[in-house]
Amino acid sequence: MGYLTTHKITKLFRIRGGVHPDDCKTLSASQPIEDLPMPDLLHIPLQQHIGAAAKPAVKRGDHVLKGQLLANSQGMISAPVHAPTSGRIVGVGHYPAHHASGLSVHTITLQPDGKDEWIELDPVADPFALEPAEIAARVAAAGIVGMGGATFPSAVKLNLRNRYALHTLVINGAECEPYLTCDDRLMREEADGVIDGVRIMAYALGVENIAIGIENNKPEAQAAMREAAKDFPNIQVIGLPMRYPMGSEKHLVQTLTGLETPARGLTADIGIVVHNPATALAVHDALREGKPLVSRVVTVSGGAISQPRNLRVPLGTKVQTLIDHCGGFNSEPARLISGGPMMGNVLPDTRVPTVKGGNGILALTAKEVSENQESPCIRCASCVQACPCGLLPLEMAANARAGNLDAVTKLGLMDCIACGSCSYVCPSHIPLVQYFNYAKGELASRQRAKHKQDETKRLIEHRNARMEAQARAKKEAMERRKREAAAKKAKAAAAKQAEEASA
Amino acid sequence: MSLMISSPHTHSGKSVQTTMLLVMLALAPATSFGLYLFGWPAINLFLATLLGCLLFEAISLKIMGKPVGKYLSDGSAILTGWLLAMSLPPSAPWWIGVLGAFLAIVIGKQVFGGIGQNLFNPAMVARVALLISFPLEMTTWAHPAPLFTDGAPDFMQGLQITFGGWVPDGYSGATTLGHIRTETGQGHLLSSLTDLASGSNMAMGWVGGSMGETSALLLLGGGLFLLWKRIISWHIPASLIGTLLLLATIMHTVNPEKFPGADVHLLAGATLLGAFFIATDLVTSPVSPTGQLLFGAGCGLLVYVIRTWAGYPEGMAFAVLLMNALTPLIDHYLRPRIYGRDRKGEPLNYVSTGGKS
Repeated sequence: MGYLTTHKITKLFRIRGGVHPDDCKTLSASQPIEDLPMPDLLHIPLQQHIGAAAKPAVKRGDHVLKGQLLANSQGMISAPVHAPTSGRIVGVGHYPAHHASGLSVHTITLQPDGKDEWIELDPVADPFALEPAEIAARVAAAGIVGMGGATFPSAVKLNLRNRYALHTLVINGAECEPYLTCDDRLMREEADGVIDGVRIMAYALGVENIAIGIENNKPEAQAAMREAAKDFPNIQVIGLPMRYPMGSEKHLVQTLTGLETPARGLTADIGIVVHNPATALAVHDALREGKPLVSRVVTVSGGAISQPRNLRVPLGTKVQTLIDHCGGFNSEPARLISGGPMMGNVLPDTRVPTVKGGNGILALTAKEVSENQESPCIRCASCVQACPCGLLPLEMAANARAGNLDAVTKLGLMDCIACGSCSYVCPSHIPLVQYFNYAKGELASRQRAKHKQDETKRLIEHRNARMEAQARAKKEAMERRKREAAAKKAKAAAAKQAEEASA
Repeated sequence: MSLMISSPHTHSGKSVQTTMLLVMLALAPATSFGLYLFGWPAINLFLATLLGCLLFEAISLKIMGKPVGKYLSDGSAILTGWLLAMSLPPSAPWWIGVLGAFLAIVIGKQVFGGIGQNLFNPAMVARVALLISFPLEMTTWAHPAPLFTDGAPDFMQGLQITFGGWVPDGYSGATTLGHIRTETGQGHLLSSLTDLASGSNMAMGWVGGSMGETSALLLLGGGLFLLWKRIISWHIPASLIGTLLLLATIMHTVNPEKFPGADVHLLAGATLLGAFFIATDLVTSPVSPTGQLLFGAGCGLLVYVIRTWAGYPEGMAFAVLLMNALTPLIDHYLRPRIYGRDRKGEPLNYVSTGGKS
């Protein structure tokens, strides 16, 4: 594995495709991070991460302190959940999820007591004296997940050194989604904490090189991070060209190294692990102060928000509370989005809670959404030019629409990162990503059905074999008994004969 | 607020309508010049063709039960008519325009299923069908006679030419390419042709020819505008012109008395109109950059072959149609490489190849 051992990144590589949406970041970029006042009630979902949902460790009526464990992580890929403040558990039940479906999910409801009293913390004076595995264990115990939106449990990624030859930690400060400014503000205001967290993560990963990529529309963040990193020659802060989706980790890595992550693989396959700056800060807090992840910075923005802001929000706070704090809506929003406008999800309503991966709440006006009726494809190939993955979105969509799943898969459906560049540029307003999501869903359900079918088949075969074996055993036993009986009979007859003869 | 809506929740603002409008805008200077250069007959024919296209488009949509207003306003029918008119001889009678409109819209486009579905460039389908069916009308080339100049047909004479079938004496002549073809075909040397249009006249467009193909400079300007606006990419025009000029240069070097040079091939005929506006038709050209390069090169090659050895002095329409037929095949074989995969579609494997950095 002799590739990429250079330590300094001296040139950037061009990625394919991409688009240049209006970044709309000025709405909130100048707003310092502000602590949201503690709401009256917190609804803390037990699934705020990819993997298995956490299992409640408290019951109704319990009094908990801030940072106290509310639910245990379950299995290898999972994350625990902690109390965002001190107070009383008023319910362990169900509540609408922070998800387009709005389905009810397992949620713990906490009534703050207003004291915001921390549990006894267990900070580490020198994280670099710990075993790397111990750092990963503490990150896991702090409930830290990828805070750029992917919500993959961070500790699992910190343990990748066991299976891959790693050499570089990349910090994804691209924040290429329009409107979002939470990472920008965090890197400006908490640069020292972010850098410390980054160093701790690099230590846990056992890598020397650290590259922090920040898009060039955030010069203040770049300057702050450079200043904070100036004593560490192994850390490079790199200005990235502004192009969506620069923040796609595979494309960020390609920009920095020129290497493509193999299809279906991880960036770790080429020796690189990517983390988000907010995750780095959470790691810093978890190690240096012993604090678990109980709040996050959220950008509340969009044309329909009266005063766009960046808020530090206790997890479990209703989205409505955030919006109210930002002066409410100045007009009826056409769409309410969680995340950025390119890849975010529509929120069913404003009751849903803030979660670990929720980096933005956007209320967009009809003009911003620019919705339009779908018209036929004119094969203009704008989507082909825009696709950062080298796919043919127009052909994939045509096949998905025709229900030709095999053809869509063959065209690279699973290589699609759903970045939305194709839909963004389509002059016919074809909802390409929607077709791909549909196809992915169909494919998954088909695979589930096939799995079920295979499983049923296996069970039936198993049963048949068992029945056959039973029947065979029965038959053999019967024959054996028959033989024994015959032998006995013969023996008896022989004995009788002998008796008669002797008589 | 439907919840089934997928991301993205914003849009570039591009639409089919603006795309078509930008192409028309890019065509406007060369068209205005053509209409000025050839005067009233050209204006009449231009309007007849456009109206014909709108009419046939509306009728087709009505028959197919599609919303007429929505599709008519996308501008595609007008653009088709516009491009067809640009490729017609300016003195052709009105029915050439209207019949062409029928061929383009109904036969070339709607029978395939309407916008986006046609295999062949509709305007070129019409042009070729007209050329084969009505060779006389389609090869009568008016001399330039700009509006309001001496000797130019006035409004009434224009009506007579377009609608009355009147052809004034000495009104027409040969195009540059046609002239060269005739003379070299008779064994005359190129250097003996003293009456060829000068390079500057061809660049400006003070020559006979199709209504909108004469002004090389204005067409080039329109093409660059489309490139700047990212309506078209550089691949097709560059490979088409590049291939054509390369062949012209080679053959001219071999025999300068028989084969005209690159300048003539670039400036005369429909080279620039075809390279920037016809071959780049979005619907009928390949979608991948490599596919577009091959498509453009194929067009350039065929144009040169037809101009030089086939039965017609100009071959852009034939070349584009032939390459249109190959577009599905090109699209099938020349796909972009998928991120993280090699050309064959297998995941990249740095270990087995020993890495490449």
